[in-house]
Amino acid sequence: MGTLLDVRSLTTHFVTSAGVVRAVEGVAWDVNAGETVALVGESGCGKSVSALSIMRLVQGPAGRIVDGTILFKGRDLLKLTEEEMRRVRGREIAMIFQEPMTSLNPVLTIGRQLTEGLEIHLGMTPAAARTRAAELLAMVGISDPARRLPQYPHQFSGGMRQRMMIAMALACDPALILADEPTTALDVTIQAQILELMKDLSRRLGVAMLIITHNLGVVARYADRVNVMYAGRIIERGTAREIYGNPRHPYTLGLLGSVPRLDEPRRERLAPIEGQPPDLTRLPPGCAFAPRCGYRVERCLVEVPPLRPLGDGGHVTACWEADRVGSASRGAAELRQATSATRRAVK
Amino acid sequence: MTRYIVKRVLLMIPTLLSVAVLVFFLMRVVPGDIVELRFAGESSFAQKESLDKERARLGLDQPIWKQFASWMWGILRFDFGTSMWTGASILDEIRLRFALSLQLAIMATFIAVLLAIPLGVVAALKQDTWVDYVVRIFSIAGLATPSFWLGIMFILALLIVFHWLPPMVYTPFWQSPIQNLAQLIWPALAVGYRYSAVATRMTRSAMLEVLREDYIRTARAKGLWQQLILSRHALKNAMLPVLTVIALEFAFLMGGLVVTEQVFNLNGLGLLFVESVAHRDYTLTQALVLLVAFVFIFVNFMVDLAYAWIDPRIKFR
Repeated sequence: MGTLLDVRSLTTHFVTSAGVVRAVEGVAWDVNAGETVALVGESGCGKSVSALSIMRLVQGPAGRIVDGTILFKGRDLLKLTEEEMRRVRGREIAMIFQEPMTSLNPVLTIGRQLTEGLEIHLGMTPAAARTRAAELLAMVGISDPARRLPQYPHQFSGGMRQRMMIAMALACDPALILADEPTTALDVTIQAQILELMKDLSRRLGVAMLIITHNLGVVARYADRVNVMYAGRIIERGTAREIYGNPRHPYTLGLLGSVPRLDEPRRERLAPIEGQPPDLTRLPPGCAFAPRCGYRVERCLVEVPPLRPLGDGGHVTACWEADRVGSASRGAAELRQATSATRRAVK
Repeated sequence: MTRYIVKRVLLMIPTLLSVAVLVFFLMRVVPGDIVELRFAGESSFAQKESLDKERARLGLDQPIWKQFASWMWGILRFDFGTSMWTGASILDEIRLRFALSLQLAIMATFIAVLLAIPLGVVAALKQDTWVDYVVRIFSIAGLATPSFWLGIMFILALLIVFHWLPPMVYTPFWQSPIQNLAQLIWPALAVGYRYSAVATRMTRSAMLEVLREDYIRTARAKGLWQQLILSRHALKNAMLPVLTVIALEFAFLMGGLVVTEQVFNLNGLGLLFVESVAHRDYTLTQALVLLVAFVFIFVNFMVDLAYAWIDPRIKFR
């Protein structure tokens, strides 16, 4: 399958009174047709802004895409006119937002919000759009869709609203869905349902998906490939298996250490990453993670490490000390395996 | 829904009753009564007997609670009595002036809405550009300009530029719409401009707030046209606070346009109000206060209904 979306050296800045916030700084990644790619990182690392940049919905005048190309099906989205871009939004690339509570218009019916895209992009008649809207609701698992269409968002639960958002995103049969923290605002049990639904639908309909999340558990289960972002840059990329089994950036390692895992024996306590993410208006000259990094060497403070390939599986990392991190992570994994084996033996 | 309306209508009764009590006793606390004022106008010396006789004729010699009771009894039968000053029926006194004030208020509201909503929306969309500054200057000027002064300027301009004066005698709309509008459009513009200033600023800030909402971003992400996002997604949400401002201003216009009415030689409720208080015309003042109170309550009620109609989250209980 070919490359659907190819983002190159995307740079998005926000001009604020405190200075220029370098939210996204020369980021490159791609999504193949039908593939699910994850963008992972903590809050404020630029992952949502990356997605908004693709839709060209970065809030101006403060926010501006300064540089880069966003090739979607071979066309550079950044070179389209506003009207051409409007035709891409919702029709070819759809977006699911984080807050189902606030992302639906409270004064319009569910039906209205579902049908308007169909009418505008596909030229459906109101009657045809209504029929299609009911089908979409049924598809995302909302029972009794005909009765639901004239209702308002406040009559829906959080999970149902997110289902509705998914239905809205799927409405015009897009090639790519950008899901910005689609489950963060939901209960844990509902989260799993929604993710299963998204995975199932994307597979069935052949939609490519970019999942933006800070939750590595989500990534492990649903993504084919993972991009880890830190301070506006991608610092590691690889298949989900590689990122989990063989993390080669200290930050990725730290992220994995701070997530509880059900497939391993319970550790005494989670290991948080010490320190704070850097101020994006005053990034350090070297590696942005260096101040928090346990593997730091002299070089990290002066020179930004580029993304370098490790082997030929497409696994890349931006760390000068990737080899040391690699052996340490393998060591840690072996140690964990050893301990769990011992525990099993004791039992 | 019906239950809610009935409940709201019933709730008007205690409010109007308290207004009635308040105005009735306040009027009687104010020093000087209508009889003294009337005789003071005729000669410097008046016989005590004639004063007493006049008081008895107007029923002012009765104990105060009796006066109140008979006034209330009249109101229950929709009989507001006669003006103590002119002797004319109060309903007749008020009717024409009410029609005039109502028409003026409606016209001013139209002008204000037609100005305020487009201007406010444009200012919000073009925030911090020259368009926004022009709109802001226009609306701040509106807030700072008294409408009676603007009215005088209108009259002067018409006189100097077109050698024409708007008609100074009121013609009801149904007799001659052109004559009527030719007179009322000027005060409506003068008042409507000031009125629009408040509404423009409210529209602008409400729009700015709504345009930052997540659901507007969702609408953009859906690839809707800009006009559709504005008219369908943004404006409806932004209208709630604007509606409140417009409605309160409308209610105020019904009784508060004293000087403007004088400038345009209009016999509206505002002028009648001032005169009735100056004459200590108890019955007329009381009726007017009740009328204005009713207009306020009614307008608020309509706003509440409109709120529920616009925003489905608001439930009638």
